[in-house]
Amino acid sequence: MSALLEVRNLETFYGPIMAIRGVSLEVHKGQVVAVLGANGAGKTTLLKTISGIMNPEKGQILFEGGEIQGREPHHVVRQGIVQVPEGREVFPLLTVEENLTLGAYTRNDRAEIARDRDLVFTYFPILAERRNQEAGTLSGGQQQMLAIGRGLMVRPKIMLLDEPSLGLSPLLTQEIFTILRKLNQDEGVTMMLVEQNAAVALDLADQGYVMELGRIVMADTADKLAASEDIQSFYLGHAHEGQRGERRWKKRKTWR
Amino acid sequence: MEVMQLLLSGLANGCVYGLVALGFVLIYKATEAVNFAQGDFMMLGAFVMIGLVNPQYLGMNFWLAVPVALLIMAALGYLLDLTILRFMFGQSQTAVVILTIALGFVIRFVAGVIWGHEPQSLHSPLALGDVRAGGVVLSLADISVIVVTLLMTVLLWQFFQRTKLGLAMQAASQNQMAAYYMGIPVKRVQGAVWALAGVVACVAGILYASKGTLDISSGFIGIKAFAAAVIGGFGSLPGALMGGLIVGLIEPFAARYFPTGYSQIAPYALLILVLVFRPNGLFAQVRVKKV
Repeated sequence: MSALLEVRNLETFYGPIMAIRGVSLEVHKGQVVAVLGANGAGKTTLLKTISGIMNPEKGQILFEGGEIQGREPHHVVRQGIVQVPEGREVFPLLTVEENLTLGAYTRNDRAEIARDRDLVFTYFPILAERRNQEAGTLSGGQQQMLAIGRGLMVRPKIMLLDEPSLGLSPLLTQEIFTILRKLNQDEGVTMMLVEQNAAVALDLADQGYVMELGRIVMADTADKLAASEDIQSFYLGHAHEGQRGERRWKKRKTWR
Repeated sequence: MEVMQLLLSGLANGCVYGLVALGFVLIYKATEAVNFAQGDFMMLGAFVMIGLVNPQYLGMNFWLAVPVALLIMAALGYLLDLTILRFMFGQSQTAVVILTIALGFVIRFVAGVIWGHEPQSLHSPLALGDVRAGGVVLSLADISVIVVTLLMTVLLWQFFQRTKLGLAMQAASQNQMAAYYMGIPVKRVQGAVWALAGVVACVAGILYASKGTLDISSGFIGIKAFAAAVIGGFGSLPGALMGGLIVGLIEPFAARYFPTGYSQIAPYALLILVLVFRPNGLFAQVRVKKV
């Protein structure tokens, strides 16, 4: 089966700095793929390159078999790829409902748009309650929900989620991820998820990649990744005392 | 009665300032650049109208010429963005500001070459006749200025609230990055904002030319309009209009009740007061972004 989204040997620069150093990955239809990594690993840059905000220097991005690298962002959105940006980038002075309307900017099917808005409201009832409130006055968690809901309004074939747990309490993180799981299972939304919170991300994902300094250093099913010793010690924070009691920071990652 | 008279003529003047200020704010909100050529846009719009209507030029019917002039100015605004300003994307704001100041010079020069440097008046049906009501004499031009400005405000408000493009303009000005993420073609939307600013300037120009004579330095009321926009709170559309009205009202009252010359500096004195006591303007729309 060919992948819905395929990235091949992608290289992206921030000025002179090479942020992505030859990344390849695949996302299949209906999957949730998690990309893990620390700050500065290039996760966000990867998403920005896919959604056309940044142009790659080299490599291909294939979506449904067609090359989309270097296209304008609005073209990429029309193809069915939507990025839910990090840090709840809502339109602060517009109401919740207007924010959702703008999510459907690329669409013209009024009836379907209304149906999708109701769908968003069933998944995020709090947004329905606050539909006429300015988005800037919502709490952080509600803004994150709005950002996800607004992304759904595109009716995307794939959703690129950038750190949905950023700045949220553990409880809210759980709530958001429960909803994401439901969206994936019930609505069949394919997702590519970038996270620092490896535990929740691997719990939701089918497939996982680990990025470090612009490269993919591990790739496996989410279960295997969660079980691997490297991930456990470096991302999940389980301490494994060795026989001689050597400390965690003395250990080397297997890929180094 | 005298107060009434001053009030109404002040309002009429203020509406023109308000419309030019509206143009400032439109472009500032959408592109975060200040278009110092906005006053000259107004002057150009008025001259385009004169070129279409006055008998020594094309001699078109006034009401037919209005949409044509609006269209020309809209196209001009869009083209300016397409050919010049889009390439300033990512440059510092100072560079854009200097560019628009230079643009003002170019517009004045071109208008001088085409229409000459003598003052001219528009053959406008609005410029004829007075209305008398209870001791107050109002020129038809003043009344139509107020009415048209009210209409324009309502139209713009509806446009921003109800249409997809209007919403997209607001979105792109509030959070440009998020607008990109939602598939809004931000650059094209900004071009549309320039077109809209051209239309607003043209309306202001037609009204201005209906009230009196026009010459190529008429665009300098843009400076007063800029003060009006700042008084109202740069970045707020209703604020711009209110700022314009305030400046328009201050002038005749200062001229009547203060010694000679004070009416000239009154708007700027108010500007300084506002900047000292309410630096965000009287009707500011500023909200700190939550992190």
